[in-house]
Amino acid sequence: MEQNNKKTATTHSIGIYLWIWGLLFVFSTFSYLVDWYNFQGLLRWSLIIFFMLIKAGLIMSIFMHLYWERWAMVNVLLWPMTAIMVFVGIMTAESQYTFFTRALFFVTGG
Amino acid sequence: MSELDISKLPKGGKGFVHDFAADQTTFKGVPWGKAMMWIFLLSDTFIFSCFLISLMTARASTTAEWPYPSEVFGLTAFGVEVPLLLIAIMTFVLITSSGTMALAVKYGYERNRKMCAWLILATAIGGLTFVGMQAFEWSKLIFHDGIRPWGNPFGAAQFGSFFFMITGFHGTHVSIGVIFLFIFARKTFRGDFDVGRRGHFTSMKSDYKAIEILGLYWHFVDLVWVFIFAFFYLW
Repeated sequence: MEQNNKKTATTHSIGIYLWIWGLLFVFSTFSYLVDWYNFQGLLRWSLIIFFMLIKAGLIMSIFMHLYWERWAMVNVLLWPMTAIMVFVGIMTAESQYTFFTRALFFVTGG
Repeated sequence: MSELDISKLPKGGKGFVHDFAADQTTFKGVPWGKAMMWIFLLSDTFIFSCFLISLMTARASTTAEWPYPSEVFGLTAFGVEVPLLLIAIMTFVLITSSGTMALAVKYGYERNRKMCAWLILATAIGGLTFVGMQAFEWSKLIFHDGIRPWGNPFGAAQFGSFFFMITGFHGTHVSIGVIFLFIFARKTFRGDFDVGRRGHFTSMKSDYKAIEILGLYWHFVDLVWVFIFAFFYLW
């Protein structure tokens, strides 16, 4: 096991890290440009999320070596994230309801 | 854990079933410290998710105007109003420190002690720079712009509490990481991981795998910043 760990760890050349590093710079610049050019609405949200997910994916898969881990590890780490997405969905509905009741209160005065 | 050759085990989906059906460890070829760090990071993910989901809920449910981060965090450089200038620089500094950390892990596994130690030191200095810029950002917002957890001149009163809570919690993570990076830089320079010298707190022997585990934490800090940058500063 010791041998194997060392072998898999040393097979990555320095090039891949420098590439990912460069790509992270590029995508960070892109997401900054979204604000610089003051995109609004759906275009802004979709671009922000798109660049965010690409950066997160690169960091997790290459820098954190998740790409080279066995599936047992990868699945244990990634499946719980779906619970977060469910929570986002629940709280979106909840916040819209709260906004509705507040708006109603301000219009009717209680 | 003596003679297990994980390259001979089934891979992919079959490997997943094989590993979970095993009568021994589930995470084959993974040092226990690394598995524990991953599980800690998973729990930390949930904490940060709760903060960001609360931010979403507060922002979507308030009838008051939410302050526009692009203007709140804008700086004037050379007479020009630049939006999110400091935040952009902080992002690049943190990504750079993440890159040096990835290289430190690589040189650690290649037993290149000096290179590994210098890169950890560079990572620590990058993290320190980040915390320093965050301190500058906070002091500007508190003393110059008058942002408080209970209110601010820009709009919705909740803005301040979310800002201080989210960036403060992240900054705490960075600060703890910087402390450990300096400790590990010293340990690496001294050759602790080559000779298996026992740790001061743990009194356990350690090797270069410890640097990968520290690296996981540091990359996670960078990962969280990616989400904070997107959801708090850009959205």
